[in-house]
Amino acid sequence: MLLGAASIVALAAAAVLSIAFGSRQISVDLLLEALGSSRSTDSSLEARIVYERIIRTVFSMVSGSALGVSGALMQAVTRNPIADPSILGVNTGASLFVVIGITFFGLGSANQYIVFAMLGAGLTAVLVYSISSIGSGGATPIKLALAGTAVSAALTSLVTAVILPRGQGMDAFRFWQIGSVGAASWDSILLAAPLIIIGLIISIATAPSLNALALGDDVATGLGVKTGLLRVVSAFAGVVLCGAVTAIAGPIGFIGLMAPHIMRLLLGPDQRILMPMSAVAGAVILTLADVAGRMIARPGEIEVGILTAFVGAPILVIVAMKSKMKVI
Amino acid sequence: MASITAQEIELGRRDRAARWMLVVSILALLAIVLAILILVIGNNSYSLATIFRVLVGEEIAGASFAIRTLRLPRMLAAVLAGFAFGMSGSVFQTLLRNPLASPNIIGITSGSSAAAVFFILVLRTSGTAASAASVAAGLIVTALIYILSQGGGFSGGKLILIGIGIQAMLNALISYMLQQAASNDAPSAMRWLSGSLNAVKLTDIVPLGLTMILAVPLILLLSRSLSIMELGEQSALTLGVRTNLTRILIVIAAVCLLAFATVATGPIAFVSFLAGPIAKRLSGSSLPHTLPAGFIGAILVLAGDLIGQNAFAIRLPVGVITGIIGAPYLIYLLIRTYKIGEA
Repeated sequence: MLLGAASIVALAAAAVLSIAFGSRQISVDLLLEALGSSRSTDSSLEARIVYERIIRTVFSMVSGSALGVSGALMQAVTRNPIADPSILGVNTGASLFVVIGITFFGLGSANQYIVFAMLGAGLTAVLVYSISSIGSGGATPIKLALAGTAVSAALTSLVTAVILPRGQGMDAFRFWQIGSVGAASWDSILLAAPLIIIGLIISIATAPSLNALALGDDVATGLGVKTGLLRVVSAFAGVVLCGAVTAIAGPIGFIGLMAPHIMRLLLGPDQRILMPMSAVAGAVILTLADVAGRMIARPGEIEVGILTAFVGAPILVIVAMKSKMKVI
Repeated sequence: MASITAQEIELGRRDRAARWMLVVSILALLAIVLAILILVIGNNSYSLATIFRVLVGEEIAGASFAIRTLRLPRMLAAVLAGFAFGMSGSVFQTLLRNPLASPNIIGITSGSSAAAVFFILVLRTSGTAASAASVAAGLIVTALIYILSQGGGFSGGKLILIGIGIQAMLNALISYMLQQAASNDAPSAMRWLSGSLNAVKLTDIVPLGLTMILAVPLILLLSRSLSIMELGEQSALTLGVRTNLTRILIVIAAVCLLAFATVATGPIAFVSFLAGPIAKRLSGSSLPHTLPAGFIGAILVLAGDLIGQNAFAIRLPVGVITGIIGAPYLIYLLIRTYKIGEA
């Protein structure tokens, strides 16, 4: 109960901040007036700005929760504290496929990126995880991080090779690549929503089994969990969640690392609580980061992907510092 | 089985030394041939005689400009930066006893790049100030990674993981500066970031050359101690190596090489990572491979530039070529390392 109430308060506060603050200052009176008549057809500038901010807020909440859960799923499946779409190189995989789509298949809009982004994200996740599983000890944090970084570096040079000769024509990609929630529309939200809902349902459904998996494969099997199937389904959900967001917003890193870690610190390791709360934390963090990005760089804005990397990477450093290096 | 005699050990040592000399000579020769090719091949190809006459100061219409202003700086930048990247990369790999611990994976290159991008895009200057800031940023990042990885017992793995985190932050900073840049600046900044010899002028290479005169001999001098330190801290101390002093000096020298080369050409992808493992494989593992690694770095950049400039309908910057060559090798190396269980 308490958790639910706290979540609602945090989400509401983030939403209010996100609608009220931005590059352009709008007084409270005008804000309320605009909210009262928030239609895009309304002619007043304030009303249109507020309308844009509402879309933006909805999208950052949706994508934040998707990324948070995606990270929680990947951490649970790999039993690895640093699994995150950006560290696993999944974002770069999505980037490469989107670039290929734009260049060779003539894709024009974010809505068309979605299949390519998903495909790139999925293939890269499988590649990175299978590379880091090679050898004794399985996929340890250091092996996973190195494999992710290495594959990322490899894919980045392929991305560069495709983009560079085409110069200025790739502006659309250049902006997509930074990761921003500003470009979303109702259409793109509606496109991603079914995928994200499926992912969230899977995450909640598999949470009890993931609790068993945390005790080790043998114990989980003893408790009647089909570990192989569980891994495939959960990893699939994790990739779908981050792939759907990445297609529209571009690569936004470290939400998937931050949200579950903060929640685990506060609430303990029970996946049944961790999954929904990672969604809440992801939504709040991403929305607040976006507000901060709009406030800091007035009258411009700092794209949220830049800000989350800047805030989230230190979490990776802290996790690395605290880890027992025998394990790594 | 007969026991191994002192004579046999001595013979084995001489064999390895001979092989090392042979490898170094062949690599140096190859680098020279490629460097001459850069001067010869281009829109117009010139004969060796013409090139020689231009270089000793004769004026020949067309050739003088093409060779002195375009191809010579390009060739020198390729040789010097390639050598610097290769050598400093192999220093870090040896020091951390992990082939994956190259400066472009643990964030040091990103530190230097971030500083250089700031000077190029925001302050719109390059030259001495940019070089100095780039060196300072490289050293600060190195120190930061090292200090942060001390908590709870040092290990190479921890350092790499922390380096990856720091690198993510620095890359975010670089993307921000790139995105803020005027739209027509961005392609050139991106070109620089992937490593390119296109805009290099003779004056840009001078600071790199001067640094190399100091740093390269220092690294070669310390290489012997470095190889002994590969055996482990205790063995090195027992054998009389002052490990901490060696480590500090050699890291400063390596970061200087890296930073000055980065300012001159941009971080040419994968050269600092590729050179060390190739050198180790060629020269045998018991002798210092910082020198062969330097030559291999130079060869990679020279060959990459020759391919990028001449092999395709469009001219590709050298970093794209080394990236495409380096990426599969990186993944192969990763798989091999994991199989052996070094990581």
